[in-house]
Amino acid sequence: MSPRWAPSKGTGGKGAGVEGGEGAGSGDGDRLVTARPLPGRRRLLARHPLARFLLRRTATAILLALGVTLVTFVLTNLVPGDPAAANLGQRAIGDPAIVAQFRHHYGLDKPLPVQYVTYLGNLLHGDLGESQQSHQSVLTDLSTAVPATLELAGAAIVVSLIVGVAFGVVAALHRDRLTDQLLRVISLLGVSVPTFWLALLAFYIFFYRLGWAPGSGRLDPGMTAPPHVTGLYTVDAALAGQWPVFWSAVGHLALPALVLTAYTVGLLTRFTRSAVLEVLNQDYVRAARAKGLPARTVLFQYVLRAALVPVITVAGLAFGALLSGTVLVESIFAWPGLGAYAYRSATTLDLPAVMGVGLVVGLVYLTVNLAVDVLYGVIDPRVRVQ
Amino acid sequence: MTDGDTVDVLRISGLTLDLGGARILGGVDLALQPGRIHGLAGESGSGKTMTGLATLGLLPPGARTGGRIELEGTDLLTLTPRQLAVLRGRSVSMVFQDPSTSLHPMLSIGHQLTDHLRHHLKLNRKAAKERAVDLLTQVRIPNPREALGRYPHQFSGGMRQRIAIAIALACEPKVLIADEPTTALDVTVQAGVLRLLRGLCDDLGLAVLLVTHDLGVMSAIADEVSVMRHGLVVETGPRGRVLTEPQHEYTRQLLDALPGRSTV
Ligand SMILES: Nc1ncnc2c1ncn2[C@@H]1O[C@H](COP(=O)(O)OP(=O)(O)OP(=O)(O)O)[C@@H](O)[C@H]1O
Ligand SMILES: [Mg+2]
Repeated sequence: MSPRWAPSKGTGGKGAGVEGGEGAGSGDGDRLVTARPLPGRRRLLARHPLARFLLRRTATAILLALGVTLVTFVLTNLVPGDPAAANLGQRAIGDPAIVAQFRHHYGLDKPLPVQYVTYLGNLLHGDLGESQQSHQSVLTDLSTAVPATLELAGAAIVVSLIVGVAFGVVAALHRDRLTDQLLRVISLLGVSVPTFWLALLAFYIFFYRLGWAPGSGRLDPGMTAPPHVTGLYTVDAALAGQWPVFWSAVGHLALPALVLTAYTVGLLTRFTRSAVLEVLNQDYVRAARAKGLPARTVLFQYVLRAALVPVITVAGLAFGALLSGTVLVESIFAWPGLGAYAYRSATTLDLPAVMGVGLVVGLVYLTVNLAVDVLYGVIDPRVRVQ
Repeated sequence: MTDGDTVDVLRISGLTLDLGGARILGGVDLALQPGRIHGLAGESGSGKTMTGLATLGLLPPGARTGGRIELEGTDLLTLTPRQLAVLRGRSVSMVFQDPSTSLHPMLSIGHQLTDHLRHHLKLNRKAAKERAVDLLTQVRIPNPREALGRYPHQFSGGMRQRIAIAIALACEPKVLIADEPTTALDVTVQAGVLRLLRGLCDDLGLAVLLVTHDLGVMSAIADEVSVMRHGLVVETGPRGRVLTEPQHEYTRQLLDALPGRSTV
């Protein structure tokens, strides 16, 4: 094949392409919008807009985390109830000297700002207080409850993303045809069926009736948890090479996780469908087709990239909701997670535990948001500048 | 139609188009020659864009076509989608009206300039990149090597349209369809882009179909001029004749509508 395009060869050197060559390019007001030289360190940072963006977002997240501690602290202090009354015995309460000494010992006689600083200091040492229920430190309780919920919600969101995005894309590509209508009915069912009802139904059918599901908890009775690395039993078991434990963990995880996916799959299908439909109408998709790119390339590189931006936001919110909203499903499947722990602490007025849960939920939302922001920055170069 | 010693590279004859029960094109005839710019004017809705899209096989779903669109003798309307995809972007390519929407905002210039190159011409990454640098130089983008890593929002409107032109030219097409390539641009930038098109047409022997509302633009750079109305070409001929001695009443009206000009 002869390179017909060998540029500017034989047609007049450098200025090729412009009739009369009277500096057509420069006279028309075109210029680079960016790329102003910056002095010193700023220039170095400007060279890595993504790094700068990540730094800024992380700094914001840290500030917000401080805000979360403040809110938890204030809310807990707003709760009517006397920690002395909750923690001292009946007889001790009658003795003002003991109460005063208790208050002094825990710094409760100090002004609130001082108490907040003390609370922050304790937090930094990982001291979240002691649960009156379990008589363990709240941190210990959370370190088993949080991974349990993370495992459940993580499995649910991963499955939901795969299924929901696939459903949404297929529906959009078959707009208004039978496949689309079917998927739309499914997603509508998914978002409208109450999760607790679905959980009960699934438990009844797959456990009582069919006996396919392995019952409640995270592992078969008699099995010991794998060595603690991440707290996610499936991952820890796989790391330790304990395959019977792994399969048991997967089996126990499957049903509650699937129940949780119903809503998120419905949600993600709908968002993906409308996002893809919108992007399909964009000029740049038509331009990509005009370039003669294969349909697959146009879909995966041009359409999905743009369509996933709104989907990521929704997925982030859905994941946050899953982490803090698994209470009912965890009760039904006796899953020893954050939801179950929160429920128990709230109903027994176990304030340190409630504070711990609030803090964790707040931090989880922050982390998910940060992750979503970071993904934005990675996917969309326009986000990095602003 | 043969004009002097040049032959038609693209010949559209009796092209009809029905879309959703409505007749959009009623038998369009057009011919493009290498190295010549064919200006296509006409009021909004007269079917200029549809004629261009039909040539690329990019009509909306449900479109029914008739007539012939011959690219060097091959009737594009009889090709399978797969055969068309081979020609699209390679033998016939298109530049769209608004460069702020026709470039993907999240893909780098380098990516968008090389993906079809690599697909059509089977170039490797390095060769495609070299070719991309040449192309950007050709359309007069400063610092072309650096520009490859940038994104569309980092360029001005005129530069974006130059990049879109570079993308369209990447695989050395024989025919370029430019659908109002300067309408969305600043007046100050328009002339530069048009001169660029003219130059590329002369140097590469490209046949250009330049769709425009603007008879002023037309008189500046087109060799041939056609005027469309209600899905039909009502007048066609060399620029000098069409613009100075319009035969058709509608062309006369268009010319009269030009600011600062009565019928010449
Ligand atoms: N997707 C579509 N479905 C049905 N009709 C359409 C569609 N797109 C365009 N049309 C119709 O086709 C006709 C020709 O449209 P076309 O876009 O080719 O006009 P045009 O000459 O390019 O106009 P303009 O100068 O405004 O760009 C118009 O009457 C328009 O309403
Ligand atoms: Mg148009």
